[in-house]
Amino acid sequence: MDWGALHTILGGVNKHSTSIGKIWLTVLFIFRIMILVVAAERVWGDEQDDFICNTLQPGCKNVCYDHFFPISHIRLWALQLIFVSTPALLVAMHVAYRRHEKKRQFRKGDQKCEYKDIEEIRKQRFRIEGSLWWTYTSSIFFRLVFEAVFMYAFYFMYDGFRMPRLMKCNAWPCPNTVDCFVSRPTEKTVFTIFMIAVSSICILLNVAELCYLLTKFFLRRSKKAGNPKHHPNHENKEETKQNEMNELISDSCQNTVIGFSG
Amino acid sequence: MSWRFLRDLLSGANKYSTGIGRIWVAVVFIFRLLVYIAAAENIWKYEHDEFECNIKQPGCENVCFDHFFPISHIRLWALQLIMVSAPSLLVVFHVAYRENRGTHHNRKLYKRPGELDGGLLCTYLISLILKTGFEIVFLVLFYKLYNGFKVPRLVKCDISPCPNTVDCYISKPTEKMIFLYFLVATSCLCIVLNLSELSYLIFKYSIKCYLKRYIKKRQ
Repeated sequence: MDWGALHTILGGVNKHSTSIGKIWLTVLFIFRIMILVVAAERVWGDEQDDFICNTLQPGCKNVCYDHFFPISHIRLWALQLIFVSTPALLVAMHVAYRRHEKKRQFRKGDQKCEYKDIEEIRKQRFRIEGSLWWTYTSSIFFRLVFEAVFMYAFYFMYDGFRMPRLMKCNAWPCPNTVDCFVSRPTEKTVFTIFMIAVSSICILLNVAELCYLLTKFFLRRSKKAGNPKHHPNHENKEETKQNEMNELISDSCQNTVIGFSG
Repeated sequence: MSWRFLRDLLSGANKYSTGIGRIWVAVVFIFRLLVYIAAAENIWKYEHDEFECNIKQPGCENVCFDHFFPISHIRLWALQLIMVSAPSLLVVFHVAYRENRGTHHNRKLYKRPGELDGGLLCTYLISLILKTGFEIVFLVLFYKLYNGFKVPRLVKCDISPCPNTVDCYISKPTEKMIFLYFLVATSCLCIVLNLSELSYLIFKYSIKCYLKRYIKKRQ
């Protein structure tokens, strides 16, 4: 299991995402996960070895390092990426559940189900409506919450986003206030700012996607509310008939679901 | 042989799991295996090199490290992941055995994959009990071996050849503690999922059994 496996799992969700969702996923994989694995891990690779304190007192370096870096940047980012990717799994599970239901109906030989073979069910792309809309919107909401929490935790733990060159430490067993020098502080600052910037872009994309989904939802509702008032013409009658048929099909599918789970 | 094998094994068992079982697999993959590989492994990578004692006596550091870490946290974590995933093999073997018998007798024994019946249900329940058991055993082991889930900054050691009580400093104790708590939290979550799945299955199939008997009686 590694980041590649996560990519495979989330890649499946991509099919059922909005365009903004697809952009978010691309940004996540290219500008965050790939940068983390290919570059950032090397920069922080020697962080404790090259953290040098101006003392020969054994143990002082360990204690000072632990005091200034309760959890390393790189681990915090890895956790952030894992937590931020996880809500997309809710959507994946929901889609898998729906597919499973449709396959069950197909196997039962239910003539109301409109698929010709199992391959078609497997390849079908579900629209983001109904319960899937709620799952999708909740997943975006959780993503936003996790991003914000981790960014705040970062800011709180490291007093901003800059990596200082020198830290003064007087934790026991250091005999007095000693100077400790961080390795590659500028490079680390650059990567920190880069990761924060990309996190902010991801937050903006999530907010945009949330607004887009809400707008679509309200527009759809107002269309539905507005429909009965329209003067019926030939095309609208066909549409209304098709809508009724679709509702009947989805109702019967839902009854089958209740029957299965009850 | 790597963690990919475990991943493939669990994905294979996933087909015959209930909904809660699939959530368990997702939790194990993402919050335990992925966190282990992507983050935790590197924290413990140089734990012996970075373990420092306030003494120049050769051998003292080695002896003290060995005394305080009979088995490293990270190795215990890896063992836990392997042991907790292993009971899923029972289900995989059972299905393979039945399907093999089915091809011999030229018929399909499992008409619908994902349906737990009779023997497979027993195997599945046993695997759940074993999984929960292993989780609890490892949590208790962690607690007993390391006196709780804390990682101290400083340990005092007076084992020969150390000439007296020396101070030894553990590297990255706070980070290790954070990840240990994370491990405990995910283990507890997995225990809760296993227990709910167990209760759900027992409840569902006892109702089914009861209804069958009731209908038979009426007939």
